[in-house]
Amino acid sequence: MSTLNLKIEFGGGLELLFSNQRSYQIALPSLVPKDNSTAEESLAMKEMKALDVDYLIHHMRDHMLQERVELFMEKDTVRPGILVLINDTDWELEGEGDYKLQEGDEVVFISTLHGG
Amino acid sequence: MAPRACALCQKGKAMVKRPKTGQQICRDCFFYVFETEVHNTITQSNLFKPGDRVAIGASGGKDSTVLAYVMKTLNERYQYGLELFLLSIDEGITGYRDDSLETVKRNQEQYDMPLKILSYDELYGWTMDAIVSQVGRKNNCTFCGVFRRQALDRGAAILNVDHIVTGHNADDIAETVLMNIMRGDIARLGRCTSICTQGEDTIRRSKPFKYAYEKEIVMYAYFKKLDYFSTECIYSPDAYRGHARAFLKDLEAARPSAIIDIIHSGEAFEIKEEIKATQKVQQTCKRCGYMSSNELCKACTLLEGLERGMANSGITDRARKKLEAEGPAPDNLRTIPYFKLASGNPTITVETPS
Ligand SMILES: [Zn+2]
Ligand SMILES: [Zn+2]
Repeated sequence: MSTLNLKIEFGGGLELLFSNQRSYQIALPSLVPKDNSTAEESLAMKEMKALDVDYLIHHMRDHMLQERVELFMEKDTVRPGILVLINDTDWELEGEGDYKLQEGDEVVFISTLHGG
Repeated sequence: MAPRACALCQKGKAMVKRPKTGQQICRDCFFYVFETEVHNTITQSNLFKPGDRVAIGASGGKDSTVLAYVMKTLNERYQYGLELFLLSIDEGITGYRDDSLETVKRNQEQYDMPLKILSYDELYGWTMDAIVSQVGRKNNCTFCGVFRRQALDRGAAILNVDHIVTGHNADDIAETVLMNIMRGDIARLGRCTSICTQGEDTIRRSKPFKYAYEKEIVMYAYFKKLDYFSTECIYSPDAYRGHARAFLKDLEAARPSAIIDIIHSGEAFEIKEEIKATQKVQQTCKRCGYMSSNELCKACTLLEGLERGMANSGITDRARKKLEAEGPAPDNLRTIPYFKLASGNPTITVETPS
């Protein structure tokens, strides 16, 4: 099965939820379950879709987040107050969670909620 | 999706969706409109006049870091003729403020602005670490808020500035409007939206980012690669404010204009005369000379409680009566240096870049 290499970055204090590491290189399958389930054994009988940002967020929650999921996600997407940039472009211009990830894409998550 | 062209220059690739307008614009146009809107806020409210000495309240966080950068940019671009300073308050919080002050020290060099750091320890003889070890984590934010406000004014007097600008943004102000509504604090509701406040003889304070959305401030810092510090204060248990903020972010997600709409609502509350009449007249604190609505200012009241081992006496009526029953303050009580407003020539030394 083919995989895509992605770069994930954190800013604005969000890295504190992810082992205090600001940058990650990860590889994810190019086809993933449509229901965003990230458990390995569940792949066989599922309806699949091309890898998108929604799936990436669920993968980050299930396999990268160290603590306090409520500070990262709310209702199947990132919590309001977290900015997402895809290749330095506001994800609101790229279809948000529906954006289909490409090889080498860089996704940045920045919290706006930490002190001024 | 195919890349879209910038709605303003039609050339660059759109990279930001503006929360206020929904407009999709490129990075260079975003810098330009963000800076120009702050400039318009400044000129429309006549915040400054040429020759003003202005201190930027700098915490090392995103808002004040972007404010320092934008103030420097606009002062040069439009020749405001301002002398700019960085003013930081060191609350004495190990692992939080010491790290953020390192950021401010780097900003001092990056922006080439003189920096003054004033600490709670030198002013009050108490760090926040020491205060928390005595009062616990319940009322510590009350101490910190009162002490910071007075420390900023005193820092401004030391720098001999006319004016303090702070990084409060549109989201902060909308959040404060909501909290004042929830508390029923009508007097403060009208005041908290004003861009510039000045009491009887206090130093002017203003908020050039009053109409700047937090999202745009963070985007600006990201695209400009500005150096800022972001962690939560380790003593900040202000759950109420946290709920107000989460509620506001939910509203913004549903309708981005909610933030400006709430600020406009706050502005629409005029303080009626009879409410004004019940507000106390300002006088000066008999112990330290700072502006006060009582004989003693809030900081002196809180400090006396700390020094006499009854920290709650500045917080609850019952504890205050108990303190009064123990007699007047002893003569050797630690007090805050006498406050004098800046006048004449500055006689201070500021930290020099190392
Ligand atoms: Zn443009
Ligand atoms: Zn006083």
